[in-house]
Amino acid sequence: MTRFADLHLRVPIDDPVQTQNMITAASELGYSLVGIPLPGNVSQRQLSDIKQFCQNAKLDFVSRINLAPKNSNDLLANLRRYRRKFEIIAVRCNTKDVARQAAKDRRVDLIQFSVTNVRQRFFDHSEAELASSALCALEIEASPLLQLTSISRIRLLSSLRKEAATAQRAKVPIVVSSGATNSLLLRGPYDFAALCTLFELKQDAALKALSANPFMLIDRNKEKLSPGYVAPGIRVVGRKHVD
Amino acid sequence: MIKREKRRYLAVRVVGNQMLNEKTVLDIVYASVQRLFGEHGASQTNLRMMKHDPEKNQFVIRCSHKMLEQVRAAIASVTEMNGEAVAFHVVAVSGTLKALAKKA
Repeated sequence: MTRFADLHLRVPIDDPVQTQNMITAASELGYSLVGIPLPGNVSQRQLSDIKQFCQNAKLDFVSRINLAPKNSNDLLANLRRYRRKFEIIAVRCNTKDVARQAAKDRRVDLIQFSVTNVRQRFFDHSEAELASSALCALEIEASPLLQLTSISRIRLLSSLRKEAATAQRAKVPIVVSSGATNSLLLRGPYDFAALCTLFELKQDAALKALSANPFMLIDRNKEKLSPGYVAPGIRVVGRKHVD
Repeated sequence: MIKREKRRYLAVRVVGNQMLNEKTVLDIVYASVQRLFGEHGASQTNLRMMKHDPEKNQFVIRCSHKMLEQVRAAIASVTEMNGEAVAFHVVAVSGTLKALAKKA
């Protein structure tokens, strides 16, 4: 049976009831893993509450941080600070230099772009080539497709159509997530896959973006965060003390 | 001989505070299809309301199998009705009502 992941469930962590509702709804809709964005200074109590809610709903949980750096130096400083603390790092690229730096940095897992400002979408062929060599994935959120209307949605669909085609040509993995802020904006994985056909992402590619791609990313990061990891293909298998 | 058009039956669960009847739900789905695919697209869907289960707040809608993904996208994109938030979830899809009853 296919396992599905929603890597961007934006729960209000200060409201435990709403958080629990959203996590339960995600479980009922058929997801087996959720990624929840947390602030950099998240308290241990909030973290353990979220883990408990996920455990009760029989969901796997991965921690995620959303970075929106002003420039590439800011991005590098944030990556140094947070890479070892969170399983997923997503970068909202508001400027071109941030987009280029994020795409070529192996510490970045997901890149995302503004949904309302077309001029701030920098995912072109060069960006895709960089992202492809750094194994960085393009994240597409589905909730703006539900919330936006008329001309804004038309513009977004038009941009997504081009970006999805560019990503597929350059073999950049696409990750589709909900980006839902409440349970009424959540949909099942097959419904999201159907929504992806609006920007010409074929159903099998859309389902891969909701299942295989996020799991590949998480498995890779969990390995990186494991104590024996040195570099891709190199692990510490034993230690010998020499006098 | 004219080939009979294949159909798909969708079980749709409505989540929200409002109690909706069959006509309202079909109108909402039609409006959503029209918004996304225009009148030409809507004319190809052959939407029909088949059943309503008030206990589960679940509806069965029939559509052309060629337009299944488009109808599913239109159903998923419904977010509000009369200014109140609602969510439509496709619970199951099948080629016959009998098989749908087993799945949903």
